[in-house]
Amino acid sequence: MAAQQAAPAPAEPRHGRRIFLIWLVLALAADLVIWFVWAPHMPPGDMTDSARHQQFDIAVLAVTGAPVMVAVWVYFGYALVVWRSRPGDEEDGPPIHGHTRIQLAWIVGTTVIVLFAFVFGTVELVGPAGAGAGEGPAPIWKISGITTAAWTPGTKDILQVQVIGQEWWWIYRYPQFGGFESTQLYLPKDTPLEFHVTSLDVIHSFWAYRLGVKADANPGVDNVAYTRPEQLGGFTVRCNELCGLWHGAMFNSGAVVTQAAFQKWATAVLAKEQQDGLIAAMPPYALTYDPTVIPQLGKDVVQVTGITGGNGYYYSGKQAGTPGPPVSP
Amino acid sequence: MAIEIQPGADRIQPVGGGPESARPWWLRPAFHTGLALAVIGYFFGHWLGNFLASGYPQNGLSDNNDVPIVLGYAFAVVGWVAGLGTFNDLGRLIAGKPMQDVEHAPAGGLAKYFRFTLDHKVVGIQYLFGMITYFLTGGLFAMAIRSELLSPSFHLLSPSTYVMVVGEHGTMMMMMMTSIILGPFGNYLVPIMIGSKRVAFPRLEALSFWLTPAAYIILLSGLLFGGFPFGWTGYAPLSIQAGQGADAYYFAFGLMGISVILAGFNIIVTIVNYRAPGMRWSRLPMFVWAMFTVSFLMVLAAPVLVGGAYMTLMDRTFQTAFFANTLGGSSYLWQNLFWFFGHPEVYILALPGFGIVLEIIPVFCRKPLFGYKTAAAGMIGVTLLSFFVWQHHLFDSGINPDMRPLFMLTTELISIPTGFIFLVAMGTFWKAKIRFSIPMLFALAFYFNFLIGGISGVFLSDVPADTTEHGSFFVMAHFHYTIMGGLIFAFMAGIYYWLPKMTGIKLNERLGKIHFWTMFIFFNSTFLPLFALGLMGMPRRVFEYARNLETLNDWVSISAFCLGGSILIFLINVVMSTLIWRERETGNPWRSRGLEWQVPSPVPPSNFDVVPVVLSGPYEYGVKDAPPVADLNPPAGVISGALAGAGSEA
Repeated sequence: MAAQQAAPAPAEPRHGRRIFLIWLVLALAADLVIWFVWAPHMPPGDMTDSARHQQFDIAVLAVTGAPVMVAVWVYFGYALVVWRSRPGDEEDGPPIHGHTRIQLAWIVGTTVIVLFAFVFGTVELVGPAGAGAGEGPAPIWKISGITTAAWTPGTKDILQVQVIGQEWWWIYRYPQFGGFESTQLYLPKDTPLEFHVTSLDVIHSFWAYRLGVKADANPGVDNVAYTRPEQLGGFTVRCNELCGLWHGAMFNSGAVVTQAAFQKWATAVLAKEQQDGLIAAMPPYALTYDPTVIPQLGKDVVQVTGITGGNGYYYSGKQAGTPGPPVSP
Repeated sequence: MAIEIQPGADRIQPVGGGPESARPWWLRPAFHTGLALAVIGYFFGHWLGNFLASGYPQNGLSDNNDVPIVLGYAFAVVGWVAGLGTFNDLGRLIAGKPMQDVEHAPAGGLAKYFRFTLDHKVVGIQYLFGMITYFLTGGLFAMAIRSELLSPSFHLLSPSTYVMVVGEHGTMMMMMMTSIILGPFGNYLVPIMIGSKRVAFPRLEALSFWLTPAAYIILLSGLLFGGFPFGWTGYAPLSIQAGQGADAYYFAFGLMGISVILAGFNIIVTIVNYRAPGMRWSRLPMFVWAMFTVSFLMVLAAPVLVGGAYMTLMDRTFQTAFFANTLGGSSYLWQNLFWFFGHPEVYILALPGFGIVLEIIPVFCRKPLFGYKTAAAGMIGVTLLSFFVWQHHLFDSGINPDMRPLFMLTTELISIPTGFIFLVAMGTFWKAKIRFSIPMLFALAFYFNFLIGGISGVFLSDVPADTTEHGSFFVMAHFHYTIMGGLIFAFMAGIYYWLPKMTGIKLNERLGKIHFWTMFIFFNSTFLPLFALGLMGMPRRVFEYARNLETLNDWVSISAFCLGGSILIFLINVVMSTLIWRERETGNPWRSRGLEWQVPSPVPPSNFDVVPVVLSGPYEYGVKDAPPVADLNPPAGVISGALAGAGSEA
């Protein structure tokens, strides 16, 4: 950029070329270190395809951004060393008011970088099915797979998981398994996942860091996000949007297990909850819930120990009677 | 250009302290009368609220009746500004009596700083002290946050205290700091820099300042009602459920919005209409360009905030349901309104910094500004684009998901005009004669910090990468780099550069250097690790975090305390230099060509004896035979000719 500066006096070193060479060496070194040493360890890891793509994106942006930062730093560093005023030198510098070609080159250069970042970001958003971010109730960038009423291991079936945020806890429902409810997020490996994130009260944000999924939980809104786990292992789910007093403690855990293990776990939980009468007592599965409208209102309330959510209170589907104690949803 | 060369003598009477100077001091409107009427106003409003709405059905979501509190705040503010004498001139106008003098400094030594005065220099000093107070208050809350985060599980503060402190810190910094540069430096220097004896709307300007202490007290009063649990963003429906402390947030934020609208209006009209003859748009100092663009942002963005705050207060008091989903409203509506204000707001916090550093760099490079038009275009470009990026705050929210590529593009486009600010500085450094004064050091640190802040912003604009970074400590580090590392460093540069101008007193250089180096080192040591913390999965505003992040958090906390210590050094320097040592500085210590440096320090009451004629641009360093920047004593008859010339050129 500075290389095209007006022809220097004969005795003067060619500052532009020097700066360019220092920049070239340092920028190349920075990019090589970032790409080969740092990138494989960059967050958020490669547990799912969306996480893997995010890791790749962060690495590409770092490789793009580092030379820019190095350029500015090298230039300023060089200027401060070489062009600092010597003691006793009270003279003014050369009256350069501008340089059209340099300014044009700068504008073109930054525009090219910006347009590259835009095209790259769009491709990486559309390709990996929304990149694990919340896509609202009607996503247009969907994950490949088949939506079925019942999920079968070893097929291309998409597993649907509903994530319900409330002050200050996460609950997960599996609609393809009778809509049972769990406080732990178990997921099968190598399966396309479709999260339906919603909230019962205020805005939360579902952040499964290692899964590379983040979607706001809005009351009355079904926010869909996709991913596909590629490794086994545990992960933490945190709330990512300030939701009141205990926001800092709103986290729980989950795990990616094999498809067979998941099938076994899901069937067992479903059977247990059916046996306890919970499935019948719970509000029927829906994409959103309005806690002020309770379909079972006027029916009895049962408390089931060991089940969180509503403090363990559920409306009984079987017994008709007067409303029980108030339910805190 | 409408310049009042000879103000209408019939309209303004040159009376020292105004007509009320005959009264005893305690009856003259000032700080204490304002306070007294504010207290009376609060209790009146509270009584009125209970009278009107005692039988009112309470807020369906929060089980509070907030009408008395909100009306109490409203009448307290009315009492405060009335007690200060804001409406006295209106009364005099109605009664046909002469109004307060605009162009001459008010009488009284220290007392004038506690009164509603119309001299822009007094208002500037008032703003300076106010803004430093608000900044220190916000900083103390930050120290409390970092103390809590020393441990992942042990709680120094209860969750309710923590969430209160987080909200107060964020709101104090984002809301009160909107005027940290426009308030003190903009009001004080813009008229002098454009060669005017006064501002266009001195009453609006003074009112804009006197609303800020009211907003500050009201915001802090939220602590007495249990604070507010939603940070500085105030997302609904949490905001509607929240307790009575939330009223303080909305009322204070709305009030501050009104204050910046008034301040912005005054600056825009002053710059358009009060430039001296010869002060063409192409000779406007960069700082004035920054104040001009930032004023447009304030005037256009803040009304959206005021409206949003008003709607939420209606939701909380009179049972409207703009933002309550269960009652037919939309929580997305608040997010849109808030960020439509909120993103221009962060440029309200960035642009003044651009102006200060671009103003300072040519002086200490002893070179003309490289690409004057590019610099102005950069600021205008940032101003325009900043209104088209707000939905990048909602990338994961599920609203308009198909529009995300567009908002990704607009967000990344804004880095082009921001890049101009870097190009201009780098071009100015080319073959310069760099002098390392303290303002220059802060300006250099501005570029160092803002570069990190800007490049990390590109990571956040990229939707896939943002999925990991959104709402995490990465964002926190990003905007602290742009605002603390950009705005506050530029503010410090401005203090060291212009305080000798405003007070006629030199700041101690040794303490200044210690202040700079500690602040620069500990700032980076505090906020650089936060990028890592965010990428490793730490969300914002939490009081518990993963145990493996404890070491980094402790490092950050200790650095933050040291950063607080460096601000303490700054305070010691200011207090000792201005009160104890008092080394006089009356001339032009930086050998600056700026018009403000051509008048004596401190600036005489009427700025200029006669309106000057501007002869050349402010950055003509090293230009052979460059005329002086202005003729401060133009011969009689020149002004009418210059006026005619300027009129044809403008």
